[in-house]
Amino acid sequence: MLIKQMSVFVENTTGRLADLTKILADNNIDIKASTIADTVDFGILRCIVPDPEVATEILKKAGFTASITEVVAVSLEDKPGGLHKVLKILADNDIGVDYIYSTIKAKDDEAVIMIKVEDPQKAIDVLTSNGIKLFSMNELSK
Amino acid sequence: MIWNKEIECADRETMRALQLKKLKETVKYEYDNVPYYRKKMDDAGVKPEDIESLDDIRKLPFITKEDIAANYPTGLFAKPMEEIVRIHASSGTTGKPKVAGYTRKDLEIWGECVARAMASAGQDSKSVVQVAYGYGLFTGGLGAHIGAETIGATVIPMSSGNTKKQIMFMQDMKSTALACTPSYALTIAEGVAKEGIDPADLPLKAGIFGAEPWTQGMKESIEKGLGIKAYDIYGLTEIVGPGVSISCDENEGMHVQEDYFYPEIIDPETLEPLPDGEIGELVFTTLGKEGFPMVRYRTRDLCYLMREKCGCGRTTVRMSKILGRTDDMLIIRGVNVFPSQIEEVISKFEELTINYMIYVGRENNKDTFDLEVELASGLAIDNIKFIEELRGRLDHSLRDMLGIGCKVKFLNEGTLPRSEGKAVRVKDSRNL
Repeated sequence: MLIKQMSVFVENTTGRLADLTKILADNNIDIKASTIADTVDFGILRCIVPDPEVATEILKKAGFTASITEVVAVSLEDKPGGLHKVLKILADNDIGVDYIYSTIKAKDDEAVIMIKVEDPQKAIDVLTSNGIKLFSMNELSK
Repeated sequence: MIWNKEIECADRETMRALQLKKLKETVKYEYDNVPYYRKKMDDAGVKPEDIESLDDIRKLPFITKEDIAANYPTGLFAKPMEEIVRIHASSGTTGKPKVAGYTRKDLEIWGECVARAMASAGQDSKSVVQVAYGYGLFTGGLGAHIGAETIGATVIPMSSGNTKKQIMFMQDMKSTALACTPSYALTIAEGVAKEGIDPADLPLKAGIFGAEPWTQGMKESIEKGLGIKAYDIYGLTEIVGPGVSISCDENEGMHVQEDYFYPEIIDPETLEPLPDGEIGELVFTTLGKEGFPMVRYRTRDLCYLMREKCGCGRTTVRMSKILGRTDDMLIIRGVNVFPSQIEEVISKFEELTINYMIYVGRENNKDTFDLEVELASGLAIDNIKFIEELRGRLDHSLRDMLGIGCKVKFLNEGTLPRSEGKAVRVKDSRNL
């Protein structure tokens, strides 16, 4: 259930992100989820794409520092307390969260968030044993 | 390999005797044939016959860049134009170029000196030397060329640029040596990696690199990237061009061809000579050159001299790597900063490429100091912390080296411009 996320270092200059998205578009790569951690002079784009290894190689060839990070895709009930339920399980099991972001697509009563934790395999175990639904790469790619 | 054992391995007394004989001739020749220098000597109250020992050289006035500029283009030539067979000129960054004229004998001297350099880099008549220095007024191309021809090697006069073709010829013509600027060697090494060529598969064995300062770290990057041993060649148009000195297999400084170029190290402020081992400005007197002879020419290059016997067997004096130039030294917030110091720090970070760009400016009467560096493409970066930790370590190392801090900006690999000749690493936009 580990999801392979692509992380890319992007200089914070006008048009630089567009250079990157053009490469993805030209190579017919669909972005399923994305977020940017930004600072004054650079950002790190994290995104979920159907074939992350291929996409990473394409971006590397184009001169970007790109790599793969493993994250977990978690289903949430789209109602107050939905996110808390998941985070409490992780906290109770002493699993630190590095960052969270949500996917672009979500159904009426269900949201999907990406979570980067310190110990992804342990997170998968405790979340599933607590009845939390996780998504596979295939399901996200649909 | 040693090209001229008799001279390069001569005992010190023999060398000093030869130098004194040639120094006396040079000073007399300069006095008789270059009115501008004759006046300088007269003003200083020194006559050619006052030179009775090598130490007497200290009595002679210096020649500076400014003297050459004041005599543009040929005022310091000691021979009429009909005896000058070649002109070169240095790519002066400001004002008019410095023009050098060579007689046929001068070209022979140059060929001999670069031949010694080629041999020091292991090249012989069976070698194929690819010259990727620029050809033209710049002495790099034709200087490496004349040395490779003198040893009887096959010369490929590529000139600089067109990196793909350089790599193609390197493979197809089985080049054994590459001669170019270190920054261009790095560009070629990147091209080799990009094409997926294993450097071990290249026939290339040696690199003869010079014309710009470079660090040991950069040397190692080039050696790894091209699968070669890199040699340092030093020279300047005002003296002859490349070949004034060359490193050997010991990699402990560059052997000066001191039977033709007599070196001194002086304090650039007091102009007093400094002892061996102390860093100061390098000064050269040419011994035997006819067209454009120089007496006590101040190079502006900073280095030190070593006279201990070298493991390679040569007895000639060695000069250290150029540690900076009195005129490319940046003074930022009152602190002396040399680009080579920054390169040295960067080369120790695996996370970074060897490319960098320094920006100096002025805001509200205060100097700004910015540095752009490139992250190596193989890095796995998923969080800000990674970069900030790297920034912290880099900042610490730079402060240790320079004594002041700078603002670092990280870029993706390949973002900074690649050099095909002399690399431009500094943009100083202050108008002081």
